[in-house]
This record gives sequence, C-alpha cells and structure tokens, in this order.
Amino acid sequence: MDFNVIEGLKYTQQHEWARQEGDTAVVGLSDYAQDKLGEIVFVELPDIGAAVEAGKSAAVIESVKAVADLYAPVDGTVTEVNETLLDQPELINQDPYGEGWVFKVEVKDESQLNSLMDKPTYEEFIIKEEEEE
Amino acid sequence: MSKPKKTPFYDKHVALNGKIVDYNGWFLPVQFSQGLVEEVHDTRKRATIFDVSHMGEVTVEGKDAEAYLQKILTNDVSKLKDNAIMYSPVCYPEGGVVDDILIYRFNSEYYFLVVNAANTDKDFDWFQENTFGDVKLQNLSPEYAQIALQGPNSQEILQELTGVKLADIKFYRFLGDVSVAGVNSIVSRTGYTGEDGFEVYCKNEGALNVWDAVWEAGQKKDLRPAGLGARDVLRLEASLPLYGHELSKELNPLQAGLDRFVALDKDVPFNGQGALKQQKEEGFSKKLFGLEMLERGVPRENYPVKVDEKEIGWISSGSYSPTLDKFIAMGFLDPEIMKQTEEVSVLIRKRSYRARITKMPFYRRGK
Repeated sequence: MDFNVIEGLKYTQQHEWARQEGDTAVVGLSDYAQDKLGEIVFVELPDIGAAVEAGKSAAVIESVKAVADLYAPVDGTVTEVNETLLDQPELINQDPYGEGWVFKVEVKDESQLNSLMDKPTYEEFIIKEEEEE
Repeated sequence: MSKPKKTPFYDKHVALNGKIVDYNGWFLPVQFSQGLVEEVHDTRKRATIFDVSHMGEVTVEGKDAEAYLQKILTNDVSKLKDNAIMYSPVCYPEGGVVDDILIYRFNSEYYFLVVNAANTDKDFDWFQENTFGDVKLQNLSPEYAQIALQGPNSQEILQELTGVKLADIKFYRFLGDVSVAGVNSIVSRTGYTGEDGFEVYCKNEGALNVWDAVWEAGQKKDLRPAGLGARDVLRLEASLPLYGHELSKELNPLQAGLDRFVALDKDVPFNGQGALKQQKEEGFSKKLFGLEMLERGVPRENYPVKVDEKEIGWISSGSYSPTLDKFIAMGFLDPEIMKQTEEVSVLIRKRSYRARITKMPFYRRGK
C-alpha cells in the first residue's frame, strides 16, 4: 500500500486528520482518503463561525465520481477556512497534510482530540479496513 | 442477487490495478491507477482500451428479419446497407424506451444487435414477444467478449493485428469474419466516447489473445487501460444518452432529442409510433437540454433545476469534464420556460448554483 501517514497528527475513523495549534485544530483529509476518492474537483467549506460537532459533516468534498462528507473530528467553532480550495480543490490530492487543509476549529474539549488515533493506530486501522473490502 | 460475472479480461484488470466494482451484475474496472481524469485525456489524445464485454449481443435471422426489425425499432432499418450499422431506440407501444441499441446488418436476413448490459434479459424477452413469421433470435451475450479501442491512435494499433485495411472501414461501418491476432472477430468503427475508435467482438475463447495482442501493439502508441468511470464522462462530453438516465420506460426518445433516430413517418407501423406522433403534436412537458455551470459546483443525477425558485426539471447526467475543464450536465427541463431564459440554477445540496443552457454535444472531435 502506498499512502502517507504523518507523525504528530490525530486521525479519525472517517479519515480526517487534525493538527493541534494552541487551542485550535487544523483539519483535513488523510492521504489514504484523498487517494481513494480520486481527483477532487469541488469543495464546499463550512461558514466561519459555524458550530461543528464531532462526527457530523462539516464540509463536502467531491471527486469526479463521488461526493464525500468531511466530518468534524471535534466539537467547536470554525475560525478559518481554506478558501484557496474553492479554486484549487486538487490541492487536497497534491498536499493533503499541507496546502490541502480544509478548516480550522477552536477546540472546546481537548480530550476529544486526544481520543483520536495516532499514526501507528491509524495505519493499523487502514490495513484492517482494506482487508475487509 | 447472484454473484457478479467475470469477463474474460477480469485478471487483466486486476493485474493493471483496476478498481473493480459490480456493474449491473458484472465485475468491471471503474478506473485504473492513473485516475479517471487521465483516462479521459488518454482517450482524447492517444488511445485507451476498454472491456465492454458486459454489453449484450443478439442475432436476428430469417426471411422476415428486416420486417421484424422495422416493427420493433423506431429508426428505419430499410435504409441500412450490408456492413453498415444503425443506432436506434426500441420503444414500448406507449412511447417509453425498452433500450437503445446498435443494429449491424450482415445481410437482409442476418442482423447482429448490441444491447445494454443491464437490459439484455429484458430486451431478449421483449424481442421474443414481438416476433412473427420467419424470425429466429439468439442471445449470444454469454459467448461474446467485446473490446473497445478508442482514441486517435486506435487505427494504427489495431492495424498491426489484421490484414484488413482498417482505413476502409468508415464510421458506423463494420466487417465480420476479420482475423484479429488470428481470432475471428467482428470489427466496427464505433464507440461510446465521441472519439475515433473501434469495437472488436469475438468469442470468449479467443478473447484473451485479442486483448494481449492489442495491448502489446499499443505499447508503442501510449495505449492505456480505461474504466467505466472514464467511459461515462467521455459519453457525457459527447452528449451520448445513457439508458436509465436520458432514456427509460418513462422518457421517450423525442424528449431526449433523438428525433433523427425516430422515423415517425416510416411507411410500416412500429412499436410506439402512434404514441410518439401524438405526444410530439401535444408537446413535451420536459425535454433534454445541455447545461454548463457558471459557478463551480458538480451537477449530478437527480439534482433539481430551478428558474426563479420554481422547479422546472432535473439533471439526468452531470460531471466535471476534464476535456473542457468545465462542469457540464444534461437535464430534462420545461421547454416552455426555457424559451424565455438561458440561465437556470442547479440545486446542489441546499444551495443554488448558476448554470446556463449550452449546445450539445459539449465536445466534438476535430476532423
């Protein structure tokens, strides 16, 4: 398998990643998920100030063939969105952990972030999911 | 549901890292590792190979074959010459569509029909119910494999495998009994991509030889595999209808703009003739239009289309178009309202996105 999982990020079972930066978390789609989805052609971003809830859809990411929800990894308030994605959604394919970030959220409860998967756990999770297919 | 069937090329798709899905009861690749967008570009610029073995093949034989086809087809098959191919809808008496098919004429008493995979059994039953006189039908679908070689490099690739001069086979013409890599085949200049190309039909036994030979000859010509995803986008760019989207039991061929394949004034009666004539006179509440998004957003099947907050129809097929780098769609809209406006909005989730009416086909290949 050929996908990149970065050290120091937290991962969800729906393949989002979160990076803690002070009291906010940067959120994006994992490399594995962007590869599965294929060429991304459209991103619908949340509104700044919107309240998002862990496990609920916060953004929509569309490839040529599929529509996928991006779920919020934690509860909180959206503080920033990556507007570059509106014109260059392919950044999620090209640089999922960097330029392809989707939104930032002010974290209410840090324990939610800590309960997400770390790199080795997420790698195992993907391998299991692949086997079940 | 029974387990999906494998085509003779299944192991090839797996070896090429194709992402396999169950498509209408067949295991087929939806895309390969280069991705759908690249597969579309490859088809338009170079050449791609598609496994289309899921398509159904039915032969019609007998003295009354032509008269029989005149009854079940909306197009006028009396105009078809030997070694020529015709596209035609097949209608119910009420005007709705059973299927849209290709008719290959070997001679006036022997025709080869190519039907949609999902409709093969339904079609065959319908064809049987409508027989009369000296007509014998055979469903050869289980025995036949089909390869589509599409793109500007197709002729050069295929020419290496046969002694027949392919340049002489014009668009919508075919030859039977062609030896392709030593395998007896039917070769037609047809496809579902809007690009130049060929479709090769042969019995399952020889199919892998043909695939391997095409693949090998193609290596010097940048041949790559392409899947169902690219096929669907390519046919949308070329505004080719897909059964279940632009045609169905509830949607007739005139609504879908296929007037030139419906010989309403054919001098022999055909299934659906009366109903279609009447509906044409009365006018249609929905007709097929081409749309291009003015705002970034992916129009997809069944999304509502609105004008001034009033719902006037729905999207039947839509996608990002890699060739045009635009978001395009076909949709059934109220033709009366469309006389007054060029602009509509497509409802994507809960938000409206502006779109405008545009001529079809969206893409037409250069000569």
